[in-house]
Amino acid sequence: VTAGPFRLAVGGAIDRTRTLAFTFDGCSYTGHPGDTLASALLANGVRVVGRSFKYHRPRGVFTAGPEEPNALVRVGQGARAEPNTRATMVELYDGLVAAGQNSWPSLDFDLWALNDLFAPLFPAGFYYKTFMAPARAWPAYERIIRRAAGIGTHVPHPDPDRYERRFAHCDVLVVGGGAAGIMAASAAARAGADVMLVDERDALGGHLRGERAGAEILLPYISALAGMANVRLLPRTTAFGVYDHGTVALAERVADHLVPAAPTLPRQRLWMVRAREIVVAAGAIERPLVFAGNDRPGIMLASAARTYINRFAVAPGRRAVIFTNNSEAHRTALDLTAAGIEVAAVVDARAGDAVIATKGRALRAVAVASIDDDGQPAGAARWIDCDLLAVSGGLTPSTHLHSHTGGKLTWDDAIASFVPAVGAANSHVCGAARGVFALGDCIADGARAGDAAAQALGLKTSVLDLPACPPDEPWSIRPLWEVESARNIRGKRFVDLQDDVTADDLALAVRENYRSIEHVKRYTTLGMGTDQGKTANLNGLAIVAARRAEAIAAVGTTTFRPPYTPVALGALAGPETGKHFEPIRRTPLHDWHAAHGAAFVEAGQWLRPRAYPRPGESFDAAWRREVLAVRGAAGICDVSTLGKIDLQGPDATAFLERVYCNGFASLAAGRCRYGLMLREDGIVLDDGTVTRVGERHYFLTTTTANAGRVLAHLEYLLQTAWPELNVRVASVTDQFGQIALAGPRSREVLARVVDVDIGSAALPFLGSAATTIAGARVRLLRVSYSGELAYEIAVPASRMVAVWEALLEAGREFGLSTYGTEAMAAMRIEKGHVAGAEINGQTTPADLGLARLVSAKKFFVGRRLLERPAMADAARPTLVGLEPVDGVTAIPAGAQLIADVRAKPPVRMLGHVTSATFSPTLGRPIALALLADGKARSGETVVAAAPLDGVAVAARIVHPVFYDPAGERLHG
Amino acid sequence: MLVIPCPHCGPRSHDEFTYSGDATLRRPANDAPLAEWIDYVYLRDNPRGPHREYWHHVHGCRAYVTVERDTATHAIVSPDGDAS
Repeated sequence: VTAGPFRLAVGGAIDRTRTLAFTFDGCSYTGHPGDTLASALLANGVRVVGRSFKYHRPRGVFTAGPEEPNALVRVGQGARAEPNTRATMVELYDGLVAAGQNSWPSLDFDLWALNDLFAPLFPAGFYYKTFMAPARAWPAYERIIRRAAGIGTHVPHPDPDRYERRFAHCDVLVVGGGAAGIMAASAAARAGADVMLVDERDALGGHLRGERAGAEILLPYISALAGMANVRLLPRTTAFGVYDHGTVALAERVADHLVPAAPTLPRQRLWMVRAREIVVAAGAIERPLVFAGNDRPGIMLASAARTYINRFAVAPGRRAVIFTNNSEAHRTALDLTAAGIEVAAVVDARAGDAVIATKGRALRAVAVASIDDDGQPAGAARWIDCDLLAVSGGLTPSTHLHSHTGGKLTWDDAIASFVPAVGAANSHVCGAARGVFALGDCIADGARAGDAAAQALGLKTSVLDLPACPPDEPWSIRPLWEVESARNIRGKRFVDLQDDVTADDLALAVRENYRSIEHVKRYTTLGMGTDQGKTANLNGLAIVAARRAEAIAAVGTTTFRPPYTPVALGALAGPETGKHFEPIRRTPLHDWHAAHGAAFVEAGQWLRPRAYPRPGESFDAAWRREVLAVRGAAGICDVSTLGKIDLQGPDATAFLERVYCNGFASLAAGRCRYGLMLREDGIVLDDGTVTRVGERHYFLTTTTANAGRVLAHLEYLLQTAWPELNVRVASVTDQFGQIALAGPRSREVLARVVDVDIGSAALPFLGSAATTIAGARVRLLRVSYSGELAYEIAVPASRMVAVWEALLEAGREFGLSTYGTEAMAAMRIEKGHVAGAEINGQTTPADLGLARLVSAKKFFVGRRLLERPAMADAARPTLVGLEPVDGVTAIPAGAQLIADVRAKPPVRMLGHVTSATFSPTLGRPIALALLADGKARSGETVVAAAPLDGVAVAARIVHPVFYDPAGERLHG
Repeated sequence: MLVIPCPHCGPRSHDEFTYSGDATLRRPANDAPLAEWIDYVYLRDNPRGPHREYWHHVHGCRAYVTVERDTATHAIVSPDGDAS
C-alpha cells in the first residue's frame, strides 16, 4: 500500500512494507517508516500546515530540514505535547498526533486572518506607534497584544519525560555527517584520533540523501567509521552551541522517534563535550527569493523539492515552475522531470526573468516577467498555472558554530554570501559551511580539515582514498535580493517567513534611520523567530544594504548565538528537577526525627526538625510546649547543621587573633569562647564558638548558613594574605554531629551518662571537657543559646543515635523533651541573641549590641574599615527589642518601622523588624528590630507596618534581652 | 566552560571552582592609611586582556589557584606558562 495521493510509485528511502497511521488536526493519514511528518503530510496532499505569525496567512512546508520557518506544529498530547516543533525534523511514528498552530477556530478558517486585510495598519514597530496613548491604557492593549502574539501555546503540565546528561571528551568533534564531515572524521580517525561525529538528522549522509545520485558513495566510509573503536557516531544529535575551551553542547534525540519508547530510555540526552579540535562541516542552507506572494503553500526551496522526491518519494506538486538565480536550477528540473512532475517553466534570473507575483490560497499560478538590473519588472507579465514553485536564491554557509566562539566572517562575491574567516585556533570549518559547494571539492576539503585537526594534535596522517564523483555544474549566481512588485499586481514580499517581516518593513526601518543592523533586526523582528532567520537573514541584510546604497559587508551581520536550533528545556534541565534540583542534606539523626513525628523545615540544603508535634497536637502548641519544657526542665536539640571546622598548627592562636574581632590569646586549653568574625569592610560575617582543644588545636563552630563561607574565608586568608602562618583548617561538619542540651536540669541529665565531673567548678560556663557517652568519645562545651544552663555535645556522626538515645533515656525522669528549630528560635529571640536576620551583611558589632567584644588591643580582619566614622554614626540602625503596646498583637517579621501610621507617602523608614515570635515564657508577642538610633529611643513607641498585609502594630521600644537580662540562669 | 589548570589536581572544569577575584591585590599593612585600605577592599580594575586572578578549587583540593585569564577571550595561561 502506498500512502497518500502524492506518493511516487517508486524510489525513496522509505519502508513501503510498513504503514504508519497518524493524525494532523484531527484527520487521519498514513505514512511509512523513513518519512518525516512534513513528507507524510505532503504525500497526503496536505498543503496548509500552519498560519503565519502576524498576518495569519496560510503556510505550507517550505524546507526539508532544520531551517524550516513555516511548518511549526504541535506534536503529542497532554503533558507530552510540544509546541513549535518543525514538521521537517519530526520522524513519523505510528500513532503520532499533530496539530497546526496560530489559528482560531481552525487552520482552514482562521478569524485572526483578518489581520492580513488590515496589514497596512501593522507596519514594523506598529505597537510602539499605535499604542502610545493614553499611557494608562497600555495594560489593556498589552493583554490583547499578548493574546494575539506568539506561535504555539505552552503546555501547562509538568514534563513527564526523563532526560539525561552526559559529559564526554574527544580529540576531534566533527559536526555534520555530510560528505565533508564524513571525510574529516575518516581522516582524523585513521590518524588515531578519538573522534565523535554528530549529525542532527536521523542518519549520516547529509544533503546527498536528498539528491538523485544519493549518498551511496559515502556508505563505505560510514561503515568503516562505524567499525572503528576510536569513533563514536551520533545521529539525531544537534551540536547547538560551541563554548569556551572546546566545549560543545549536543542535544541527542534518543527516543522522540520511538513510540512507545523503551522505558529505560531517556527522551533526550544533553552532552557536554570537551573537544580538543572541532571540525565544523555544517553544510549550507538554501535561500529563498523575495517577490510578491512568495509565501504561499506550494512554494518551497528547490533543494527541499529534490529531497521530497529523492529521499521520501513524494511529489511536492503536479506541475512545477522553477525560479532561481543560480546554477542549481538544472539539477532541480532534471529531478522533477524524472519523478514525472511537469516542469512548466524554468525562470532564471541569470537570463533576466523573475516570478513577480503568485495566486491561490495554496499556489495556483505564478506571474513571470522580465526584470531589469535593479530587479524592477520590465514588460508584461505572463501567468503560468502551477501548484509547485521551487525557489533558489543561492546557498548560505552555516557559520553558526564558527561564530559562537567569536569567529569572523568575510564576504565572498563568488557565492554572494558570507564565509568563515579567522576563527578559534582549534576550529576547522570545511565543505559547504566554508562556501565549497561542488561535491568533489567538498570531499577533498573535508579530508583536509580532518588532517589538519589530527596534525594539530600531533598525530601522523596518511592519504585517504577519496570517493570518485561526477563533476558538478560550475557554480554561478546572479545576486537577486528582491524583485519589486509590478505596478498592477501587488502582494507582500516576505523576507522572514516565520516573523512575517517583509521587504517593505525593512525599507521602512531604513527610512526611519535605523542604522545598526542589530537595531533593524529588533525593530522589524527580522530573524527573531525560533528559526533565528536561517532562511531570512542574508536576504534581509542585502535588502537593507541596497536601500542604504552600501556594500553588504559594510552592513555587517547580526550575532549568532547558541542554540543553533531550539533545545527542549527538559534537556537543558536534565535530571536536576524536583528533589534532584539541589542536594538535600540530612543530619545523622534524620531517620530518628522522622520516626518520632518531627515536622521538618528546609534550612538551606538541610532538613531540620522544626518541632515534634504529638498526635492531635497543633504545630504551635508543640513548639510552645517545647520551649516551656526547656525553660522548666530540660530539652535536647539536634544542632548538627552547625558548621564545624578543625583548626591546627603552631600559629593557630595567632591566626584566630587575626580573624576574630574578640581576643583569643588568653583562651586556655579546655575552655571555649564566643567568637565574632568580621569582613574586611568591618561588617559582621558570622558568629560561633571557639574551643581550645589543645595548645595548637582548636574546634570552631559557625552558623549553619555560613559554614561554607567561613571556611573559604579562612582558607583565603591563610593561602593568600598570610601564607607564612603554619595553620591548617578542615571542615568536619559532616564528621561530627552536635547536640544542644539545655535547661535547668540539664546538668543532672548529663551527669547520668558521662564519666567525668561536670560540676560547676570542673566544667564552668564556657568550659570544655572530653568524655564518653554510650561508649562514644564526645566533647562537651558549656555554651548556651537558649539562655539556660546548657551544653553542646560534639559526637562522631556515626554514634549520634546512640548518644541521643542515651540522653533521652537518662532524661526521662527529669522531664527531658526534644525541641526543634522553632522553639530554638523563640528562645534566642527571648534572649536577644542575633542570628542571620540580624547578621545581614549590613550590621557592625556595635549595631548588634556587641561592641564590648571588639578588642582594642589587637589588629583583626575588619578593624581598619570599622574605624571609619560612619561605622560609629549614632543614627545607624541598632538592635532593639519591640513589644506590642496592647500586649497581644503579633508584630510581623519584616515590617517597616515608621513614626506615624497616618503619614502620607513617602514615609520615612526608621528601621525594620528582623525577628518576631510569640514568647511562651512571657506569654506575649515579642520582636527584635534594627532601628535608627535605637539605643537612645528605649521606651518610645513606633509603628511596625506591613502595608501589603494591611497590618500596623504600635510597638514599644525595649531592651533586646527579654528573658533573664542579668544572665543568671546560664551560670546555673 | 573553562578548563582551569590546578597545580595539584591537573586540568579541571571550572564547575569545580569558585571565582575569587583579583590575585594581584596585596593586603595593606595593618597601619596603612585608610585610603589604601579602601582601595584594597572596594576598588577593582576591570581590565580587557590578561588578568591574574584566584580560582578557589572548592570541589577539589581547596587551593586558591592563581591563573592568568584573558578577559576578552577566556584563554588561560597557568602560572608555569602552559596554555589551556
